[in-house]
Amino acid sequence: MARKLLLENIDVPGINSMEAYRAHGGYAALEKAMRMKPAEIVEEVKKSGLRGRGGAGFPTGMKWSFIANPPGVPHYLICNADESEPGTFKDRFLMQRKPHLLIEGMIISSFALGANTSYIYIRGEMLYVLHILEKAIQEAYDAGYLGKNILGSGFDLDLYVHPGAGAYICGEETGLIESLEGKRGNPRIKPPFPAVKGLWDCPTVVNNVETIAAVVPVISMGGDEYAKIGIGKSTGTKLISACGHINKPGVYEIELGLPVEEFIYSDQYCGGIRGGRKLKAVVAGGSSVPILPSDLILKTPKGEPRLMSYESLSDGGFQSGTMLGSGGFIAMDETTSIVKNLWNFTRFYHHESCGQCSPCREGTGWMEKVLHKILTGHGTIKDIDLLWDIQGKIEGKTICPLGDAAAWPVASAIRHFRAEFEEYVKNPSKIKDVKHYYRLHDMPVI
Amino acid sequence: MHDLMSEKKNIKFPEDALVLVHRIMARYPPGRQKSAILPVLHLAQAEFDGWLSSPVMDYVASLLGIKPIEVYEVASFYSMFNLKPVGKCVIEVCRTGPCWLMGAEDIVTYLEKKLGIKTGETTPDGMFTLKTVECLASCGTAPMMQVGEKYHENLTCEKLDEILGEYRKNTEDHISHWAKDKIKSKEA
Amino acid sequence: MPKVTIDGHSIEVPEGTTILQAARMIGGEIVPPAMCYYSSLKGSGGYCRTCIVRVAQGSAKDPRPMPKPVASCRTPVMDGMVVENITSPEVLEARKGVVEFLLINHPLDCPVCDQAGECDLQNLSFAHGTEKTRYEFPRRTFEKKDIGNYIKLHMTRCILCYRCVKVADQITDERVHGVMNRGDVAEISTYIEKAVENDFSGNMIDVCPVGALTDRTYRFKSRVWFLNPMDAHRDCKKCSGKAVLWMHGEEIYRVTARKDQNAEVKEFICNECRYDKKDVKQWVVEGPRHIDRTSVISANHYEDLNSLKHAIGEQQKKLQEKITQKTSGI
Repeated sequence: MARKLLLENIDVPGINSMEAYRAHGGYAALEKAMRMKPAEIVEEVKKSGLRGRGGAGFPTGMKWSFIANPPGVPHYLICNADESEPGTFKDRFLMQRKPHLLIEGMIISSFALGANTSYIYIRGEMLYVLHILEKAIQEAYDAGYLGKNILGSGFDLDLYVHPGAGAYICGEETGLIESLEGKRGNPRIKPPFPAVKGLWDCPTVVNNVETIAAVVPVISMGGDEYAKIGIGKSTGTKLISACGHINKPGVYEIELGLPVEEFIYSDQYCGGIRGGRKLKAVVAGGSSVPILPSDLILKTPKGEPRLMSYESLSDGGFQSGTMLGSGGFIAMDETTSIVKNLWNFTRFYHHESCGQCSPCREGTGWMEKVLHKILTGHGTIKDIDLLWDIQGKIEGKTICPLGDAAAWPVASAIRHFRAEFEEYVKNPSKIKDVKHYYRLHDMPVI
Repeated sequence: MHDLMSEKKNIKFPEDALVLVHRIMARYPPGRQKSAILPVLHLAQAEFDGWLSSPVMDYVASLLGIKPIEVYEVASFYSMFNLKPVGKCVIEVCRTGPCWLMGAEDIVTYLEKKLGIKTGETTPDGMFTLKTVECLASCGTAPMMQVGEKYHENLTCEKLDEILGEYRKNTEDHISHWAKDKIKSKEA
Repeated sequence: MPKVTIDGHSIEVPEGTTILQAARMIGGEIVPPAMCYYSSLKGSGGYCRTCIVRVAQGSAKDPRPMPKPVASCRTPVMDGMVVENITSPEVLEARKGVVEFLLINHPLDCPVCDQAGECDLQNLSFAHGTEKTRYEFPRRTFEKKDIGNYIKLHMTRCILCYRCVKVADQITDERVHGVMNRGDVAEISTYIEKAVENDFSGNMIDVCPVGALTDRTYRFKSRVWFLNPMDAHRDCKKCSGKAVLWMHGEEIYRVTARKDQNAEVKEFICNECRYDKKDVKQWVVEGPRHIDRTSVISANHYEDLNSLKHAIGEQQKKLQEKITQKTSGI
C-alpha cells in the first residue's frame, strides 16, 4: 500500500473542520515550524527535493531561495488554486476535503518566505470551495494560527481567498498576479521574475496548492525523510487526477516512480480500461503535454517500463516521451478519435488565449480552423503539413507557455498518429459521428 | 437616454452587500483597491440580475475609485461575466476534452433539444440560459455541468430531466454564481 | 558598461539597455524590426514578437544560450551577451512566421488605406513576408467606428500593439478606450459609445503602426507620397509645437508629430497644433523634412538644398584639411 501524505485521513468524516483535522495530527507541523528559523524551513524544503506540482516541476526550495530582499518591501506568497488544466482536478479535491492542510502549508510557507499577507487565488467557478476555505480560515484565526503573533512567535499573517472569474491563462503565475492586481490576466514579459518584482512590484512566490500542501509533510517528517520517498529527483508523493476511459476515475496519491502500467491496470488505481477495451493513448500530465500511444506510455523507447516520475515520463524527449505536468492523467480507449479529440483541445487553447502576443492569438485559432476543415472531410495532406508548420511557429515564440501548451498536443498527435489524420483526409466519406454544434467561439461572434 | 439615467439611479448595493464590498477592499494594501474588482464584479453580477450592464460597471468603478474603462476591460476578459442579460438559471456545461471523451457532446445536444434553444441562448420564458464552458476541474466525474454554485456530475439524459425539473420548481437560489443569499448568510 | 555582440558587431552600452536599443545604436541591417515597441512609451513592447532574436550566449558569467528566442525590445543586455539576429536562420524563419500570423487576419486593403506608404506592417511584410497566403478561412472583421471627431477606428486592421492604450495612459489625462475581450476577438474599443476627447488624443494616430487609427480630418484626402512634408514649428503653450506639415501647394492637408529614423515620435504634439492650425501662416516653416530615400514618400521629393549645400561644404572642408595636413607633413 502506497504511503499517503496528502490524502491521509481524507475519508475521515468532518476532516474539513479544525477539530477533526487537529485530532488527526493537523497543525503539528506548524507548531514545529514556528520553533524553527525561516531559513531552516527553506533548507528542509530544499533537502526534500520537492518540485512544483502545478506542471513545470521546478524545485520549490530553489524557487523560494530566489526571493529578493530589498529593505522595507513586503514579500507575498500566492497559492495558485486556479486549477484549470484540462484533466486536472486534484487541487479542488484536496481543498474541498482537507482545506486545513492547505492553510497549514500556507502559514508555514509564508513564515519561511517572510510574507505577512498571503492570498489563495482560486477559480471563480469553484465558489463552493471558496466558502469551504473561508470557513476554515476563520477557524484558523480563531485558533490563533492566523493573525497577530502566531503561536507566540511574533510572526503575523493575514490569509485571504481571492476568486478568479474564468480564464485559464490566470494559472500562469504572472497572469495570475496581473489578475490579482485587478487587471486582465495578461501574462507579463519576463524578466523581471515574480521573485524580484511580483505582486504590486514586490518580491512574490506563486506555488500550486499541492506544492504548498506538501510542505506540511516535508516539515513534519523532515526534508531528508521526504526525499527518500519516490525515485531519483522525483521525490515524494504526487496527486494524480485520473480520468477518461478508465474504470475508476478519481484522485490518487502515488509514490513517484510507480509503473504507469500498474497505475492504469491495478485495482488500487484506475482499475483498467472501461469495458475491457484496449488502451489507445494517454495524455499523462494535463491536456498541454504531448499525447503518447499506449506502447510508448507503458514502455520507454529502450523498452523499460515507464514510471510515473518527472524523468521517466520525459524519457525520449518529445520524440517518444511526454511530461508529468500537473498529473492530469487522461486515458483514451480504442474507440477514441485522436483527430477529433485534438480539435477539442485546440479549440480550448484558442478560447483561452489572452490575445496579447501574435503567434498565440492568431495561431491557435488557425490550427482550430484547419482541424475543423479536416474533421468535416475537406482536408488535404497539405493541411496536415500546414498544421505541423503552424505549431512549430507558435512553440517557443510566445510571451508565456500557453503557446507551447497549444502547440505540443498538435505536434505529438501528428507525430504519433499521422496515419489517422491521413485517413480523415483520404476517406472523408468514412467519417462518421462527427458532430459539430459548438460555435467556434462563444464570445462575440464576428 | 432617459431610461438609462433613471436606471443608473437605482444601481446601488444593499447595505449588507456594501459592508461586504468594503471588507473585500480592505484585504488589499492601501491604494491597491483595484484588486477587489473580480470579487466585487461577482457580487454585482449576483445582485443585478446575473449580468453586468455598463451602468453597473460604472457603479463598480466608482466604488473602487477607478476609471470605467478599467472595469470594461476586465469584465470583458473573464468568461464568467455575462455582458448581456441571462435567464434566471444559467446552465454551464463543460465542453473540454475529458468531459467530451465521456459524452459531453450528447449532453449539450440533449439540453438544446429539451430547452428548445441553442448554446448561448435563453429560453423565451427567461428561465434558462445554456452556456458551454471550459474545464471545471471535475474530469473524474465527467460529463458534468454547473448551475449557479452547484456541480452536477456523472450526467446522463435521465439525470438531466430530473435536474431541470428541480430548477423549474425553484430558481430562487440559482440566479447565478455568487447568489444573493450567500452574501446575506455570510453577514449574519 | 556591459558589452554585447549582435551578429558579430560589438558595442558597450549603459546598464539596462535592451538588445533592441543596443542594435539600434549599432544600426544597419542588424536592427530587428519592431511593431509594438515604442521607445517613448513606458512598458511598451513584447507583444508582437517581430523583434525576437536568439541569445547564443547569455552573459560572460553564464555563457549558456537562452532556451527560446527572446523579444529583443524587452530583454536587457548582460555583459558578454552574444545575440544572433540576421545571422540565425531560425530567427529569420520564426520572424517570417510572426509576419504571417500578423497578416492572416489583416484585410490587406492597402489600396484604400490612408496609412499606406507609411505603414510599418506594409514595410515589415515587404521585408520579411511571403507573397502568398496559406490562410484560407474568412478573415476577422469589425465595424468601423468614429471615436470622437478626429479619429477613425478601423479595428479590422489592428495588430493589438497596445501603443494607443499606452499613449492614452501616459500622455493624456483620461483614457476612455482600451482592449476588450480576449484572444483573437480582442479589440480596441471604448466599450460604450464614447468620444476620445483630450488635448493629446491625436498622438494615438501617430503611434499606430497600421491604419487602425487614422485622422478623420485627412481621410481619403491624398496618398502620403503626393504630399510635401515640411518641418515647421510654432509657439505652443501645450506642447513643443514642433511638427510636420503635409502640404500640397500652399495647403496643409494634415499635421503630424515628427518621427525619427525608427518611425517613432519623441515629442508628442497637442490637438491644437494638429487640427486647428491648418493655415501655413500660423507656422514657422523650417524647410522640407528629410525622408529616408527607401521610403515611398521620398519619391519625387527634393532634399533641402541648403542643408545639402552645407553638407557638401563640410565634406570639402574636411578634405581640404586632410590635404593640408598631408602636404604640411611632407
